[in-house]
Amino acid sequence: MPTTVTMPQLGETVTEGTVAQWLKRPGDNVEKYEPFVEVSTDKVNAEVPAPVSGVLRELLVKEGETVATGTAIAVIEEVGSKAEANRMASDEPVPGMSQEPAAPAPAAATATPRTNGKPDAAALRGASPAVRRLAREHDVDVRALRGTGSGGRITAQDVLAAAGRATATAPATPAGTSTYAQPTPGTTIPLNQARRIIAQRMVESKQTAPHAWSMVEVDVTNLWKWREREKGRFERETGYKLTLLPFFIRAVVQSLQSFPLVNARFTNEGIAVLKEINVGIAIGLPSNLVVPVIRDADRLTIKALGVAAGELVDKARKNKLGVDDLAGGTFTVNNNGANGSILSAPIINGGQAGIITMEAVVKRPVVVDGDAIAIRHMMNSCLSLDHRVLDGYTASGFLADLKRRLEAMGPEGAL
Amino acid sequence: MAMTTSEKTASSQTMNNVEAVRATLYEALKNDDRVVILGEDVGARGNVFLITKDFIDEFGPTRVIDTPIAEASIVGIAVGMAMEGLRPIAEIQFADFIYPSFNQIVGEAAKTRYRSNGEYTCPLVIRTPYGGGVRGALSHSVSIEALFYHVPGLKIVAPAFPADVKGLLNAAIDDPDPVLFLEHKKTYRLIKGDVPNGHYTIPIGKANVLKEGSQLSVVSYGLYVHWALEAAQSLEAEGVSVEVIDLRSIRPMDRSAILQSVEKTRKLLVIHEDNKFGGIGAEISAMVAEEALFSLDAPIRRLCAPDVPAMGYAETLEHEFMSSPAKMAATMRDLARF
Repeated sequence: MPTTVTMPQLGETVTEGTVAQWLKRPGDNVEKYEPFVEVSTDKVNAEVPAPVSGVLRELLVKEGETVATGTAIAVIEEVGSKAEANRMASDEPVPGMSQEPAAPAPAAATATPRTNGKPDAAALRGASPAVRRLAREHDVDVRALRGTGSGGRITAQDVLAAAGRATATAPATPAGTSTYAQPTPGTTIPLNQARRIIAQRMVESKQTAPHAWSMVEVDVTNLWKWREREKGRFERETGYKLTLLPFFIRAVVQSLQSFPLVNARFTNEGIAVLKEINVGIAIGLPSNLVVPVIRDADRLTIKALGVAAGELVDKARKNKLGVDDLAGGTFTVNNNGANGSILSAPIINGGQAGIITMEAVVKRPVVVDGDAIAIRHMMNSCLSLDHRVLDGYTASGFLADLKRRLEAMGPEGAL
Repeated sequence: MAMTTSEKTASSQTMNNVEAVRATLYEALKNDDRVVILGEDVGARGNVFLITKDFIDEFGPTRVIDTPIAEASIVGIAVGMAMEGLRPIAEIQFADFIYPSFNQIVGEAAKTRYRSNGEYTCPLVIRTPYGGGVRGALSHSVSIEALFYHVPGLKIVAPAFPADVKGLLNAAIDDPDPVLFLEHKKTYRLIKGDVPNGHYTIPIGKANVLKEGSQLSVVSYGLYVHWALEAAQSLEAEGVSVEVIDLRSIRPMDRSAILQSVEKTRKLLVIHEDNKFGGIGAEISAMVAEEALFSLDAPIRRLCAPDVPAMGYAETLEHEFMSSPAKMAATMRDLARF
């Protein structure tokens, strides 16, 4: 019985999806809940599980093609049992499969393994998680391999060796290949989904929200000392490095509570003042920019914020952010100073009322109490605001409040 | 007081594990008036392994305190001392005797910070020799780590090398919370190594990759680290490449060191002297299964003691209970070939 699979809706506001990669080919068996296609939407890649067990009959959408949610993308021929699925796969070759004769399918548990000159079919059944993952990553057909492990088991090394052979014989990449991470002068880099969305969002924000900009300089000397004292223990206890970010977010959250208009968004019905405080943190990657969200940041201690931020950065680097990690932000913090910047004018994210940066902490001579000159740790903090929501009066009040909170932090205290 | 050392260099000295414990305790008593040592026979007798020999003469009976044979009192008194500003180092003469103090450790020390909402901490070190292989029979051979590692609020350290003994014991004394410091008694005089001079600490919760390898990861601690290393080195000749990780701290556990290694080698063997069921290896296995399943190219293996009530006195029984470099090499070989 054929089942038509449609483009799923990955997130409440998502209306379309791109088939990033087919993980199965026509003729392949798929188990219910087994990922068979990778779909990319709004900067997120998600593997979509098969709704039924059966044989993948037809792919209706090409890789790279974008279709509306609900559009049919594939047909799976449903079968009653796994054994039946196997029989169908091996007995009825499907057009479009490789020219090689079909390898025997995995034998059912009770059947005697077939050994008609081909590699042991039971191999797949005993494949370790690492073998399954590597085979998928390197597009290696495990059934065609001869295992070198105990009892002829296919090992992770066997898969890697096969992948290495395939790479060695693959045609050289066409001249002029150029990617965002490794750009070649004189080429045009095709837009991938993420880049296309970033571009669209940036233009949208600049065109709809009239940006205004302001900055304060903050004396973070005491905060710096506090963090220096806590960082060793924090890393020991949590495994994450303690940066100034969680302290900063904590202060921002408190200032947002004092100035609810900054935690708001402009709508045609009015200024929606938001109940939740979900802080997005901008994370730059070589080929991408993502803004995962710490939800209910007002309920978290500095320590918990540090862990939450650490986890999100980790996930971002491993490309494992899910739809839920990216949705729902109400205000954004950009730790822009990590690379030494001392001044920037950020673009507001996703219809929020503002975005604030932490610039680099630098030691500077400053005038302190009693007209003395002292060397202090100074940090600029820049705010871009949606002038439809906020006026300079509120914005500068917010910044002054934030400055006061940050300067009152440390050198003593509990995270 | 002269430290007993067999060799001296400018920046380090060669010591065995007993000497490393002794030297560290001596420095702690000398450098910090808050440090007191209490336990059975730690004073006049100078500890059964002579770790605190003559300490009482130099520091007096208020800082090196002989206690009755009453472990619940030893730890209970030490908890009070710690909460009120001292830095007690309590000794349980043999880990086998720790059971009467279980409530003081688990019910009091580990919960002090939480119960007082951070107003009090319990900077207490409990030192105790553990482990077998010395014909210690039923009541001088046990491994106790699994009985305590379930308890949040408690740190557990089990160093294998003299330099780690010193660095981790210093870290334990500095730590604001209770630390159970486990010393494998067979390594006491068997294991020697260079120990840097001066005060230094090794962070609790950091493992040490003793030997890099590509085909499987071995995680162990205590005496068995030395045997695992010996086995791994002997397998080099056969072309089997084994990575050996000395856990050093049992809780907190260095998860990232283990995961990083398993992601590289794709196979994991945990070796410990304690019995298998519910042991440290169970936690490591579960953690790796949760975090790195798709890196595994073989079932996780655990090489541990059998589930019997105790290590027998008879040499044959002890031999059967304990692992050995040869048993370890056989399991490593087997797993590498899988």
